[in-house]
Amino acid sequence: MTLFDQASTHISRTRRDFLRDAAGLVLGVGIAKSPLGRAASLPNNRKVVVITFGGGARDQETFAPEGQENVPNMLRDLIPRATFFTQVVNRGILGHYVATASLATGAYETVNNFASLPPENPTVFEYYRRDRKRPSSDTWVVAPSNGFNRIGESNHKSYGAGLGARVILPKHLLAAAMSGGHADYEHLLRDNYETPYFTPDLTGHEFELQQLETLLKLSVDDFKTHARTLSSPDELSVYIARQLMKQVAPSLLWITMHDIDIAHAGTYSLYVEGIRRTDRLCTEVWAAIESEPEYAGKTTLLILPDFGRDADSDPGGNGFQHHRTGDALSRTTWLIAMGPGIREGVVHDRAVDSVDLVPTIGSMLNFSASQSHGKPIGEIL
Amino acid sequence: MLPRELKAEQFSAYPPQAKAVVIQNLSVFRDLPLSFLPGLLREAIEYDYKFPAERRALDREIVTLAQLSPAERAKWLQGFSRINLSPKLEHSDWVNLPAQFVEQLSAHLWTTHQLDAFRLAATEYADRLHAAVPTEAPGVPRLGITVVGQGVEAYDRPLFRKLRPHGAYFSRVVPENGIRILLDSVSARAKEHAADYAHWYVDGADAAEHDSVLSCVSYNALEPVRTALLRNMRSEIERPGMGPEMLRTMMASWRPEDLGVKSSGDPVLDRFKVKLLTEGSGTQIFSTSFTQWAAREVLRRTEPTTLFVRFAPRQRQKPMNEMLAPGTERPELDPVGSLVDADMGAYYNWLNQQRLPGAEKGSFLAWFEGHNSAVVIGPTVPRDTESNDPVDMKQLLSWIV
Repeated sequence: MTLFDQASTHISRTRRDFLRDAAGLVLGVGIAKSPLGRAASLPNNRKVVVITFGGGARDQETFAPEGQENVPNMLRDLIPRATFFTQVVNRGILGHYVATASLATGAYETVNNFASLPPENPTVFEYYRRDRKRPSSDTWVVAPSNGFNRIGESNHKSYGAGLGARVILPKHLLAAAMSGGHADYEHLLRDNYETPYFTPDLTGHEFELQQLETLLKLSVDDFKTHARTLSSPDELSVYIARQLMKQVAPSLLWITMHDIDIAHAGTYSLYVEGIRRTDRLCTEVWAAIESEPEYAGKTTLLILPDFGRDADSDPGGNGFQHHRTGDALSRTTWLIAMGPGIREGVVHDRAVDSVDLVPTIGSMLNFSASQSHGKPIGEIL
Repeated sequence: MLPRELKAEQFSAYPPQAKAVVIQNLSVFRDLPLSFLPGLLREAIEYDYKFPAERRALDREIVTLAQLSPAERAKWLQGFSRINLSPKLEHSDWVNLPAQFVEQLSAHLWTTHQLDAFRLAATEYADRLHAAVPTEAPGVPRLGITVVGQGVEAYDRPLFRKLRPHGAYFSRVVPENGIRILLDSVSARAKEHAADYAHWYVDGADAAEHDSVLSCVSYNALEPVRTALLRNMRSEIERPGMGPEMLRTMMASWRPEDLGVKSSGDPVLDRFKVKLLTEGSGTQIFSTSFTQWAAREVLRRTEPTTLFVRFAPRQRQKPMNEMLAPGTERPELDPVGSLVDADMGAYYNWLNQQRLPGAEKGSFLAWFEGHNSAVVIGPTVPRDTESNDPVDMKQLLSWIV
């Protein structure tokens, strides 16, 4: 076992103990029943919703005793109903766009984190749409505006063009709806803090403003009026995601949140605020899943940060502010899986890899993630 | 180009003292792997602008490398020698632009999955270096003081939770004249143990009246520099083809004169202040980020005997574009959020102080300005204890100074 593996395992076990104390989870011991048997009991119109958040949060601000006040909703409403993996290791580049692209392709991407480029490997959306012959309206990505506009479709020669997901960038949409008058909406247009000074020019399969009305049944005025009641870009994303679920009901919906990444500006209070908001929003998405007829009883929700943040103990970093050291804490994160057929109140601390997500979704939605480097996570299949 | 091809004339653009250091040790530098050498040159090229503690550390490192036999040197650096570099990196101008090389190397290590190998090589090298050249404890035990919460009228949540286990928490501190007492005490220490850049005062707003014996950095005093920096940044951002990495590289290359800084007669301090803004993240827009980062850099770079840090309220969060475009109106402040920032900042100040030689003898005090809460940490202070007795600032100081 390498030093990194030892550190990662230690983090995982500590996280498990925190969860056992806070949420009463029990340690899972392998696969409880045959995945084939379980699959047979699941609805064949199964849907998957994935929430990733860029700007990981550390245990001391979340699952450790001193951090639990920041994630009350996850501890109370989600984790007791979920299978929780304490050791999800990201062995790739710790930049938010490239890491999210890696999560979406199941292969460690090496694209420039700060450029507007598509992933190099096929995305989960392309696998699903090609194998299952699904239309583009069945796969959607809701993402922060900066840089993520290319996340839905790779440039892989065997997949790529025309097989990707529809991408909706709520902040970009709101800015378009404002057409110059931003005064009441500034708080919703905050930028991505990993690249605070830049907004790449947008290209790709963007959601057009006029489609607000045709697809989401939402007038520009209604959109603007509701947006005024929201407090952050991630709230705007979840609002749009709920509209999508209600009006379009895609089978594969991917939501990427980003409020936590204000940590890069070095302000601890704003970082913790971001965690609390993300905690609440994750629960709201689950509530939407349970209340929407198209989703209730047939949807798997998968929640995971793209990676962690630097440890206070690493002198090479500056604590919570960044994720630059590549230490075990910045690479070791977690996964919540919940929905029909997934055991409730169980925690697994074996090492899972970030790139295992796509083949796992492949097993859930019956497609082959042939180019992925990961393996399906048997405990939730 | 590879290190073995180095020639003295290639360092003609280096500042005078830096050039002398490199040329004097050229034979050693020729023997170092390319994945390692630019990191050393990045430090050496700044030699003329380094603090005494940094110069001593760099001198010690080079002398140690020079004293090793070629076989020993190869063993010390074998982890770096195994790193595979790209032809692009090899052909870059790493002699004159070592900092840019190190940034590009970092990206290369991430992309090629060699970061862990590099970290291991760096850790092993640092361990050998520390074993060969033990660090020197300061002649006088260090003292760190951090004051948080300026402008907060009331706050009912617990403070200093991360510091309390390491020292004694006091809940009935008499706050009157607290800042004055602390600053006078720090100044007295500085006079008694005078040394260049050994005693510092960092303030998140306007520095309070203080003795000139203290080296001082304050957020508000740097406002003209921040304005010039933000103006330059906006101008660069609008240039076609500019990206975040290029901007960061460009910012790191800006000198005091590029930002209209008039010489104070102390080029080392002038350069340090500008670097806080060009190399820090969030330091340009948030006072609390500036203060924490400045304290970190003072501790890391100068290994001070005394550091007095006073946090002040930062501006409320706004969209980044607005924060990058300073207007004439005074920004709305967020005192309570700033207190939370500063509470964590106080912990980081203590952690960073503990990383310096002689940590076991050092002391630390954190105080909620104008209020009754304080934590005191020191070799004779019982850990994880609490006192509800009234105590004034002079008494608190008497236990650790």
